[in-house]
Amino acid sequence: MTKRSGRASRWRAPGGNGGGWGGWEDTGVVQPPDNGQASHHHFTGFGPGRWARGPRSSGPLRRAREDRLAGGVAAGLAARTGLDVTVVRILFVLATLLTGGSAAAAYVLAWLLVPALGQDGTIASAALTDMRGIALAAALGSILVIALLIASAFGAGWFGSLAWPMVISLAGIVLIWRNAPADEQATMRRLAEPLLGMAEGSSRPASRLVLRASIAAALLAAGLATLFTGHATRLLRPVGGVALVIAAIVVLLGPWWLRIARDLVVERQARVRAEERADMAARVHDSVLQTLALIQRRADDPQKVIQLARAQERELRSWLFGGRAPGSLDGQAVTLAAGVRLIQQEVEAQHGVAIEAVTVGDCDLDDDLRTLLAAAREATVNAVKWSGADVVSLFAEVEPAAVSVFVRDRGRGFDPSAVPDDRKGLAESVHARMTRHGGSAIVRSVQGEGTEVSLTMPRAAGERQPSRA
Amino acid sequence: MSIPGTGSPDGDRPRVFIVDDHGLFRSGVRSELGDEVEVVGEAEDVEPAIEQIARLLPDVVLLDVHLPGGGGHLVVTAIKAAHPQVRFLALSASDAPEDVIAVIRAGARGYVTKTISGADLVDAVRRVAVGDTVFSPRLAGFVLDAFAAVGPEGGGRPSFDPELDQLTPREREVLRLIARGYTYREIARELYISVKTVESHVSSVLRKLQLSTRHQLTRWATERRLT
Repeated sequence: MTKRSGRASRWRAPGGNGGGWGGWEDTGVVQPPDNGQASHHHFTGFGPGRWARGPRSSGPLRRAREDRLAGGVAAGLAARTGLDVTVVRILFVLATLLTGGSAAAAYVLAWLLVPALGQDGTIASAALTDMRGIALAAALGSILVIALLIASAFGAGWFGSLAWPMVISLAGIVLIWRNAPADEQATMRRLAEPLLGMAEGSSRPASRLVLRASIAAALLAAGLATLFTGHATRLLRPVGGVALVIAAIVVLLGPWWLRIARDLVVERQARVRAEERADMAARVHDSVLQTLALIQRRADDPQKVIQLARAQERELRSWLFGGRAPGSLDGQAVTLAAGVRLIQQEVEAQHGVAIEAVTVGDCDLDDDLRTLLAAAREATVNAVKWSGADVVSLFAEVEPAAVSVFVRDRGRGFDPSAVPDDRKGLAESVHARMTRHGGSAIVRSVQGEGTEVSLTMPRAAGERQPSRA
Repeated sequence: MSIPGTGSPDGDRPRVFIVDDHGLFRSGVRSELGDEVEVVGEAEDVEPAIEQIARLLPDVVLLDVHLPGGGGHLVVTAIKAAHPQVRFLALSASDAPEDVIAVIRAGARGYVTKTISGADLVDAVRRVAVGDTVFSPRLAGFVLDAFAAVGPEGGGRPSFDPELDQLTPREREVLRLIARGYTYREIARELYISVKTVESHVSSVLRKLQLSTRHQLTRWATERRLT
């Protein structure tokens, strides 16, 4: 689109709104990262397949905030390289076993030194000011060094290869524990909890715990004995020993891993619920809050107030008991053109301002396009309510790759960056809603000349059949 | 919708003839046009309209697309042959694209919807009177749709005259902006071209619309899924 000479500003998302849109003002048109075929699901996709054949993100390595077991280093690496996160984790465990723990130390260092996705600072930079944490880490480190000296005095030289990674890991974890952001501390607490619980015997049946611990101890002892006693064939010894040690670890920690996996699922469900809540909030805003605002403006006209209240009641009832969300077009319109016509009729009837609606091409509605229409409706209602113009243009065009809607008024215009955060109209309903479904929204407004909201939603790959009969 | 005048404000009041089957609407238009134009007559059907227009020879005929005795395009066709100087501006509340396209193809210089404000209508009449075109957003949408329907990949049969059967990217851009509610002046500013250039793009679109012999273009409207 060609910029014209007037002030072309775009919407700034309020600070508390999702947090991830930092780069949006300087990059111009907001578009989801190019994710190939699945681009329209990018922001909602967090299923197991997310990183599988996933995109290789560009830019510096960042620790993942979602999908993380501990520090999100593996998930971050997976995102960076395009590998499956499970593959990265298995490689990491193997590397830890083969290098005698150096990989674990490297993990802790990465946790300390790599910023989390969407953040600038590292935990290490925060830890620099934490003198007590550093002292504690140094103390723990020195205890290990002493243990190392004692071990070598007794001739257990193998301990030496494990000791340095352990020193580094332990000190690092202490610093992370003390300086990580709250959400990462919660993750660590969840990781540490079962270990502590095991130590204290907590609420779980003690007999099962003792049984498991003794089996694990036996396996571990057998494994270590195989590894460090100097007989048997040289080839089989390390392999068998490692297998026994792994078995010991699985017996000891298996149930705990299962719990972590379960927690991850629960966390995902919580996130889905949060998104549903956001959608519902947007819809309630579109319908109930809009109607209440209208009623306030028409308080001197009882007839009109009754009419608005009745219409809203009907809409709300049909949503609660019939499943049709207020402000949505489900079940009424099956094609885009019909949806645009419906917006025109409803807004004209409700607000008494003419809508000049034009549609080019047509296609069936899917979830993304329903979102587009809901956003278009919101932009239209906004224009009708605030612009003061007596006609609002609504233009929708269906193209093979995308559907665009333009809502234009020649009203008073406004400065998008000056709208207060609590006025959710454009922020939540239009912009956030569009980006949640992979689309984009641009608001251009010139004070005194009017406003144009441009909405674009990419079409699902499977539905790009010729749309014009 | 407002369409700024680009025609010469020569002070002459254009002589206007109104064809519409609703008496109420005719008197409404009369009062809205007010003193800005001279309404020389009105008719409510095809036959009387043809007879009176041929006699009065107005500058501009405001023509309802739907008439009891047939479509408005019959009036245009009948008058155009003998009196090419009479210009037609289609005026309709109808959404049916095939009727609108038919009137334009018959030779009307523009199309506006009946929701147009009085001032804008006067402006549109003045511009048609001096030979300019008047594209409402809706007409722009119809035309984009019509040409897109027979676009490069859609055709089926080879184009008889590609020059006439396709819009240039620039013309498409101009039509899109009209459909988005931009005035010619705003389009000129948006595309860094002069208002005169915008006008010539629109005229060229109109010419293509009227001259294209493409089979699909004439049948587009009826084949189009209208829900």
